[in-house]
Amino acid sequence: MAEIIGAIGSSHIPAIGVAIARKIQQTPYWKPFFDGFPPIHDWLAREKPDVAIVFYNDHGLEFFLDKKPTFAIGAAAEYISYDEGWGIDTIPPVIGDEGLSWHICNELVEDEFDITICQELGIDHGLTVPMQLMWPGNSYGHMKVIPVVINCEEHPMPSPKRCFDLGRSIGKAVESYEKELKVVVLGTGGLSHQLDGQRAGLINKEFDIMCMDKIVNQPEELLDFSIRDLVEIAGAQGVELNMWLAMRGALTGQVTELHRNYHIPISNTGAGTMLLSNK
Amino acid sequence: MSYLDDKTPIPGTILFDGTMARKGYGLNKMCYSLNDQAARAEFSRDEMAYCEKFGLTTEQKKAIKARDVIGLLEQGGSIYFLAKFTGGLGLNMQDIGAIQTGMTVEEFKEKLVKAGE
Repeated sequence: MAEIIGAIGSSHIPAIGVAIARKIQQTPYWKPFFDGFPPIHDWLAREKPDVAIVFYNDHGLEFFLDKKPTFAIGAAAEYISYDEGWGIDTIPPVIGDEGLSWHICNELVEDEFDITICQELGIDHGLTVPMQLMWPGNSYGHMKVIPVVINCEEHPMPSPKRCFDLGRSIGKAVESYEKELKVVVLGTGGLSHQLDGQRAGLINKEFDIMCMDKIVNQPEELLDFSIRDLVEIAGAQGVELNMWLAMRGALTGQVTELHRNYHIPISNTGAGTMLLSNK
Repeated sequence: MSYLDDKTPIPGTILFDGTMARKGYGLNKMCYSLNDQAARAEFSRDEMAYCEKFGLTTEQKKAIKARDVIGLLEQGGSIYFLAKFTGGLGLNMQDIGAIQTGMTVEEFKEKLVKAGE
């Protein structure tokens, strides 16, 4: 049977992709952030997952506002990274796992999650930057990826509890898949930040640290926040915590924190990095 | 009851909800089109003619012309689509932050660093 071996929380800020392209990871600005990744690289090399389920949000590449799914899931053989309009590098195609995608879709709808199933899905920095962070030099050719897109752009957005429950349902679906596969779950985005409005530049370090503490073994304590609460406390883009909660929901075993890093600022953001095992 | 029924303003923040999505549809659609290189070239050749194609209002065109990010948000722009317009101008998120807060870029960057102390 397939099993979820762990989870990685990570930022997906476009500027990280720019830093990678310019090879400036070891400059004073970037080093404290990129130094958070070697322990994750070591863990991935040791544990050798076959599949990554990646929770992210689409910032206006695949989805415009004409049709805006609350939850969308990739069910394609490959996913293409396209021009986002302002110069971030694209990455080579990412390989999908159609069989597992459809199994998850079947189980989710049975579980009353009315998802949008995508046999084509262009991927933006929400997914491509974490791929570059986890597998430097685009060395992800051996990985199969299942993108899960959560609406963080247009209100109304799904609640933290709903996103956690989506993750839980995906976790159960993976565990009922008959193939022997090791699966890692990625929660991307966040943590606190606000890009728009006169309050741009808001970062809430105390809240971010609290979320990273709670998400390990008391994630239910984060589920009573409303989306409005998250906007007020963690900024307009602080709602990206939802991807971390979906990630955590997918872990149904005994969860242990193996590593974390937190650095301010990366671009306009409090950048959290976290590795959790699931036994 | 939706969390959006609470109409208490959040300082310095516009929630991009149904009201704003309706107001800004043409503006956001124009910005979304800038994902494409040919569209960016066409926009650069004649910004206002390009805006006309998407039916932007007078206020929206004025805000595009003035690079008035707050004005664009007030006119229904979503930051994710506006980023395609501002990014094309070579402005990064600290530049945008400075424009919106009335700070210099250096002051805005300093504010970010201070948040970590």
